[in-house]
Amino acid sequence: MSSLILPAILGGLTTGAIYALIALGLTLIYGVLHIINFAHGSLLMLALYGVYFLHLFFGLDPYLAIPIVVPLFFLLGYGIQRGIIAPFSGGKEQNVLLVTLALSMIIDNLALYFWTSNTRTISLPYAYEMVEIGPAFIPLPRVIAFFASMLCALILWLVISRTRIGKAIRAVAVERRGAELVGIDVQNTYAVCFGIGTACVAVAACLLIPTFYVTPQVGYAFVLIAFTTVVLGGMGSFLGALVSGLLLGVIEALCGLFLGESLGQIGIFLAFILILLFRPSGLFGRRAA
Amino acid sequence: MLEISGIKAGYGPVNVLQGITMSIADGEIVAVLGSNGVGKSTLNNVVSGIIKPREGKIRFEDNDITGHPPRSIVEVGISQVPEGRRVFPNLSVKENLELGAFRRARERMRANFERICDIFPRLRERLDQLAGTLSGGEQQMLAIGRGLMAEPKLLILDEPSLGLSPIMVEEMFNLVQRINREGLAILLVEQNVVQSLGVATRAYVLEQGRFALEGSAADMLADPRLRQTYLGL
Repeated sequence: MSSLILPAILGGLTTGAIYALIALGLTLIYGVLHIINFAHGSLLMLALYGVYFLHLFFGLDPYLAIPIVVPLFFLLGYGIQRGIIAPFSGGKEQNVLLVTLALSMIIDNLALYFWTSNTRTISLPYAYEMVEIGPAFIPLPRVIAFFASMLCALILWLVISRTRIGKAIRAVAVERRGAELVGIDVQNTYAVCFGIGTACVAVAACLLIPTFYVTPQVGYAFVLIAFTTVVLGGMGSFLGALVSGLLLGVIEALCGLFLGESLGQIGIFLAFILILLFRPSGLFGRRAA
Repeated sequence: MLEISGIKAGYGPVNVLQGITMSIADGEIVAVLGSNGVGKSTLNNVVSGIIKPREGKIRFEDNDITGHPPRSIVEVGISQVPEGRRVFPNLSVKENLELGAFRRARERMRANFERICDIFPRLRERLDQLAGTLSGGEQQMLAIGRGLMAEPKLLILDEPSLGLSPIMVEEMFNLVQRINREGLAILLVEQNVVQSLGVATRAYVLEQGRFALEGSAADMLADPRLRQTYLGL
């Protein structure tokens, strides 16, 4: 049994890296715009279809689709915030909640209408190549997914902490009036954040599709885990989302190992309930004021 | 340089400002005095573009800036140091200052940064500290420093002495004079009547959304009747 634990942990980390990446987008949007983006999972689903169709029609490798899909989804996210969420919410946070929920319903049902509920997968020649890491054999796409997700997290962190727009984003997140008074365009900054958050799910889609499938409902599974990750890490915390994403991946893998593959996700939601009971502000969250 | 005429502005059904007309000339310190709730901050926020006026015009150096967004107001050379400082608590002192040059004078950021650290040596000692951990006085310095980073031609100071210790208040008014001597026009909005009149060239007294009184600061300080009626001295 113990010989299975290390491989399970390593496998869990590769899943967890994707959870972290999706959660980073969600936590960024929450931390800056103070809105809960229910459409996050639907946008992931949309990106999965995007990568799927690029492969189906043009034979484009999912990894090579990254430079196409990611800028497109950045623009899509930017446009959604500017063109839909901001005008329809009228600045009221409770309206934003409804707008993103409505958006997710519309996207999901349009996907169902146009693409049916069939489960689609793509087959890639390298999908079943195994990489030997210590005692574990892990599929090549998942190793790639792990390192690519970590790279994205690093890039995102550098953007937020070192660049001019990153400083503006952090300023707007906490002190909106002050930001306006130094001449920061707050609405533009919000839209950039939404764009970055959406770009995160686009990367995740490219990394997921080689070993995963797509249906119009696929977003739900991930968005629930993403919300759990964000709450576990502490709402709006960057490091929290990263660490708890990886942690949930490992918890899921270990529960799968001990309880059976299909029950792995029980661990995730058990962890969620425990964190809500004992540390509602999350692992890295500030205590509620 | 700044001319405001017939400004009406407010929130909801209420007009907080009911027809404000005033001007600021190059190099002046103009004080707007008044107690809480008479519309001082509304006036600042109209000039800064946070609130759009319902009536009236604002001209700055012969350009109509009425209703322009805050970023355009910063761009033409008007910076506001808001009431309550509004520094970015989650950013370091250095980053706060750098963001001051977000919209204007970005190419001279290094030089201005050094200049402001010379004015406020205490900020230089705390460059890597988060702004939220500074004392009230230090945050006020940082807010002024951030405002100066944009090389404004007109600096609006909204209650800069509020919540400061008496020594810091003294220091603040000395500072206002010092940056004014470098050629900056200042709109000083204050409740601290005596000290404001001590540094200002001219002053306006705001009451219920209108100017009840205006004139040279020296005259106002000297006139016993005015002192009693409007300044509560």
